[in-house]
Amino acid sequence: MSRIAQRFDRLRAEGRGALIPFLEAYDPDPATSMAILHGMPGAGADLIEIGMPFTDPMADGPTIQAAGRRGLLAGASLSRVLGMVQEFRAEDAETPIVLMGYLNPILAYDPARFCLDAASAGVDGLIVVDLPTEEAGLLSGHAAEHGIDFVRLVAPTTDDARLPTVLRGCSGFVYYVSITGVTGTRTASVDELALAIPRIRAVTDLPVAIGFGVRSPAQAAAAVRAGDAAVVASALIDTLAASLDAQGRAGPDTVRRVLDQVRGLAEAVRAVRRPAPTKVSDGIGDERFCLDGPVLES
Amino acid sequence: MNHIPTMPRPNSLRQGPDERGRFGTYGGQFVAETLMPLVQELDAAYEATKQDPSFQRELDYYLKDYVGRPSPLWFAERLTRALGGAKIYFKREELNHTGAHKVNSCMGQILLARRMGKTRIVAETGAGQHGVATATVCALMGMPCVIYMGAVDVERQRPNVFRMKLLGAEVVPVTTGAGTLKDAMNEAMRDWVANVTDTYFLVGTVAGPHPYPAMVRDFQSVIGTEAREQMLQAEGRLPDVVIASVGGGSNAMGIFHPFLDEPEVRLIGVEAAGRGLDSGAQAASIERGRPGVLHGNRTYLLQDEDGQITEAHSISAGLDYPGIGPEHAWLHDIGRAEYVGITDDEALAAFQLCSRTEGIIPALECAHALAHIEKLAPTLEAERIILMNLSGRGDKDIFTVAEHLGAKL
Repeated sequence: MSRIAQRFDRLRAEGRGALIPFLEAYDPDPATSMAILHGMPGAGADLIEIGMPFTDPMADGPTIQAAGRRGLLAGASLSRVLGMVQEFRAEDAETPIVLMGYLNPILAYDPARFCLDAASAGVDGLIVVDLPTEEAGLLSGHAAEHGIDFVRLVAPTTDDARLPTVLRGCSGFVYYVSITGVTGTRTASVDELALAIPRIRAVTDLPVAIGFGVRSPAQAAAAVRAGDAAVVASALIDTLAASLDAQGRAGPDTVRRVLDQVRGLAEAVRAVRRPAPTKVSDGIGDERFCLDGPVLES
Repeated sequence: MNHIPTMPRPNSLRQGPDERGRFGTYGGQFVAETLMPLVQELDAAYEATKQDPSFQRELDYYLKDYVGRPSPLWFAERLTRALGGAKIYFKREELNHTGAHKVNSCMGQILLARRMGKTRIVAETGAGQHGVATATVCALMGMPCVIYMGAVDVERQRPNVFRMKLLGAEVVPVTTGAGTLKDAMNEAMRDWVANVTDTYFLVGTVAGPHPYPAMVRDFQSVIGTEAREQMLQAEGRLPDVVIASVGGGSNAMGIFHPFLDEPEVRLIGVEAAGRGLDSGAQAASIERGRPGVLHGNRTYLLQDEDGQITEAHSISAGLDYPGIGPEHAWLHDIGRAEYVGITDDEALAAFQLCSRTEGIIPALECAHALAHIEKLAPTLEAERIILMNLSGRGDKDIFTVAEHLGAKL
């Protein structure tokens, strides 16, 4: 069982959802970004998403675009991102790491070699924004071969007819892009999530993470009420960016401020109590957990 | 007028892309999931619409009475004599309404957008020719439009920025990256992803996710279809060489496509070599790039070893793009078309030569193709024929050229 599946199983048994904070690799420099990564599990991160900087991040808003530029200026490359994961794994063997990025750097690295190296560095999942299911064959076979979960994005524009196609071959969890728009712009309403998540649950048993526009502790709590995990990215990067000096260098409190924010988000996520899992049969002998039903708050 | 029949041949090069939007291994649909249903909807809408005779009639009406088609084929006699060699013909796309070939595709796409029920248009622009053409057809149809344009291009193409504003468009300067066409394309895609229900993304070149490369090519093929007929009338035979400048590659695909199945016709795409092909400041994606994925398609891209996209450079804003349409990538690989580079300085010299010998101020983009003709024509016999796509007029470039020539306007 993959580290991601184990982690979601454990959280399910604990009756709570997951917080997935995001950091952009090498933003604003390798040491600061490494310190944030090391500190995240202690601050309450259940899984961690690391952004792989790319010159043309078409799905990202101004905040993550700027983070990517800072990361590239600081020398980020795919092999250096894998180096960060390897260093992290020396201290933490349990917290799942998901890499998020764009296809071209992976093509330049070579998809087969990238999946091999990522697996040996300790990467658990991959999200490739500009690789829709129709083109996923470029990467999915190599990821599966090396035991890396291939996480798919589902968007509000993905209709019910298309959902099974999108989720074909998805593993680890489903990433629900909760708004039509780029990262860090608007936030989906509770009502929108209440309509969207059951559509996904109807076709998959995989946990559903909600991202794009999840900024505050209250929004993170709402995300784990509707889904299984909250991904928070731009709000953390805004905090990091605000702590930099005029030359874009990290301040003495950059790491602390980001991790404090992670802590606040984690508290809100953990305060949401979810029903204990009930085992149900799907009628063909296979057993799975049911997460439907009313969600209680403590 | 744009349905001159060429019988499909069993092994025709004109049948691409395949059902996955591929030309060989190039093209495809590499977009975020939010946009996937939209490009699929567009693909289906375009497939249905292009079969519809009422759409063709509507498009033909606008191309004739609004755009001014067919554009003339002009024998550039003084230039031919000046260079001493092959006969040179210009396909006069600069005489179209708005002064460039871009309007051909804009006209087709705006009619499609209207049929799809879209009420708002976004577009990217480099030199501003596509932005002006888009703003023009939006004014004609009474649709609001937002044009994304790199901040550097806004500065070097001021006349076109003002034109777009006069036409009622909102022009948004893009300051990310180098502030040129690539960044404008990113920003237009971000706008589209945020406004999926009402917005049509009116792409200016033969790049982007399928169906854009095929659709824009189809709308631009009116250039080559007309030129082929006109050449048969003027000379009783096909040209020996067809030449066009290539940035994204829409004017080149438009004139190449109807000749793809004529193996005796050489096709030459002229890329921008900037300050020199090996200067590090160029926009020659085929000659100095490698295959990769950007802006929804797999194609040749200027990129570093890590797969990061590098900035292009050209004196011509319309060629200043680190990629090229996927059909060009395929035509290059199979050897059907040749791609060569012309520097900023060579283009500037050709710009002046054409102005003085033919009384036509060409766009700096076309000046690249002209500069290659300067090299090629003298090496060919007098009975050979070169056909060039004179895809735009150069009024927009006079400030840039004046600056390079040290003149004050």
